[in-house]
Amino acid sequence: MTAVLTRPVEAPAVRGRRNATSIVVLIVAGVYFLVPLAAAIWFTVQDKVHGGVTGEYYTSIPQAEGFAGALRRSLTLAVLSVLGVLLVTVPAMLAVTLRLPRLRPLVEGLSLLPLVIPPIALVAGVRDMLALGPDQLAGTPLGDALVSSQDPDLPIILVVVYIVLATPFAYRSLDAGIRAVDARTLVDAARGLGSSWFDVVWRVLLPNLRGAVLGAAFLTLGLVLGEYTIAGILLFETLPTWLVKISGQNGQLSVSVSTASLLFTWLLLLVVSLADRRPTSRRDS
Amino acid sequence: MTTAVPTPRVRSLADRARRCGPWLAVAPFLIVMVIGLVLPVLALAAGAFEGDAIKSSFSSGYRTAFWGSVKLSVVCAVLGAVAGVLVARAVLSGGALLRRLVLTASGVLANFGGVPLAFMFIATIGNAGIVTSLLHDWTGFDLGDSPFSLYQFGGLAVVYLYFLVPLMVIVIAPALDGVRAEWSEAAQNLGATRAQYWRHVGGPLLAPPIAAGALLLFCGSLSAFATAQAMVGGTVPLVTLQIANALSGNVSPDNAGVGAALAIEMIILVAVVMAAYWTIERRTARWLR
Repeated sequence: MTAVLTRPVEAPAVRGRRNATSIVVLIVAGVYFLVPLAAAIWFTVQDKVHGGVTGEYYTSIPQAEGFAGALRRSLTLAVLSVLGVLLVTVPAMLAVTLRLPRLRPLVEGLSLLPLVIPPIALVAGVRDMLALGPDQLAGTPLGDALVSSQDPDLPIILVVVYIVLATPFAYRSLDAGIRAVDARTLVDAARGLGSSWFDVVWRVLLPNLRGAVLGAAFLTLGLVLGEYTIAGILLFETLPTWLVKISGQNGQLSVSVSTASLLFTWLLLLVVSLADRRPTSRRDS
Repeated sequence: MTTAVPTPRVRSLADRARRCGPWLAVAPFLIVMVIGLVLPVLALAAGAFEGDAIKSSFSSGYRTAFWGSVKLSVVCAVLGAVAGVLVARAVLSGGALLRRLVLTASGVLANFGGVPLAFMFIATIGNAGIVTSLLHDWTGFDLGDSPFSLYQFGGLAVVYLYFLVPLMVIVIAPALDGVRAEWSEAAQNLGATRAQYWRHVGGPLLAPPIAAGALLLFCGSLSAFATAQAMVGGTVPLVTLQIANALSGNVSPDNAGVGAALAIEMIILVAVVMAAYWTIERRTARWLR
């Protein structure tokens, strides 16, 4: 009873104070998050010679030396990594969910392991492993494979490492998807109606997991397009390593490329967060 | 009787195919993980325990770097956790549109680190940055002469918080949402003051998820390399930069072993912290749903 009596007296004051602090917090956060973005954009469109605004830094991006090659390589790596991570994780996760529950701890553990290995530590190990190719394993098929995986034009080793780095995110996205659709029941129903395993996966499970698969794909795409550590240490030229290379010579060009790549990555991730939201809201309603 | 022989054989072949199917589905995953994760870590361990790499990784220069990384990460984790909780609280008490906007933006920003982030801040408060020159033109204040520099610890912390605070918002929002208004009303009904409520109800409930979030931020800033490399490029003693230095043979030829040793030590530290994070997170998950 006391609560009912005191609330109208006390609540507005508390609420008012809370709202005021909330507003201050939101303003400070807004300044911190928006000013660097605005400054970066202004930095790239301001015409230092004539004053005013210019788009020349953005229009000069495609002709910049090395840009086309680095972009093409980054996009190829991204496509291969997306395909790779899906081809590797989707069958494995469906298999451990439906047929091999014994292997689930192993697959789950390996999927989450990359989270505890900082990329710089992983790439140190990858370099040590690759060094075995021309050294102890020289002449063996394994050694040859290690050497040819480092073709500077299309380094397959990067695709392998990117698949590993993307696995935790793909695993989470797919795991949530598989739980949400209750894969077991779907499979039992489809099998009971006489469909083959291929049909079960291709016509029942994958269409239901479309959101989760797309989420995994977009996250991987964003990760690969922005990845610097692995490519930088292994001395491959991708978009981010090219950016660092030219930043010394042309500040404004490098900032405009990063702003453009940033807006592109944000767009990708925005698609993911919007796709993420749909199943939750459906469950809520 | 002879016809009975082929039937079981056919079935056993089909059986075998059915039994192999799931294994074939898991095999590519295991192969990629072995090549891209298990073998590199084993190679790293082999390199680290060769000679006295571990011992020299504890020598003064490397110890300073490790300590520098830990210090920076602790500062970032604490600041990020506090700021993240404040932002999440402010957002959750606001309208639905604000909430949706900020949570979506956080999901995007939390994944955003690396080179573009460094360049964005260089364009803002670097030596020739927009805000630096605006401050100078308007107030005469020269950021370059102030104790703050983008290219030192303070600058790195400011830049790291750009992706750490949104990460904290994402991590802590469900827990803040899970604290029901009924609980504080019930405490009030029973005669508790606000301080007592936070001391006995709200605090014990929210402390674990906040601590878990801070641990996650610690790992995030400890492992960050690209941003630091693009921004300060080796002038600040950080363990990630030291590993990169050792790997590129900038220091001396026998330092590759030290790089491996530092990398292994980093993995152990992150693994311990993440294990603590997962333990706390599992306990929080119990009351969250």
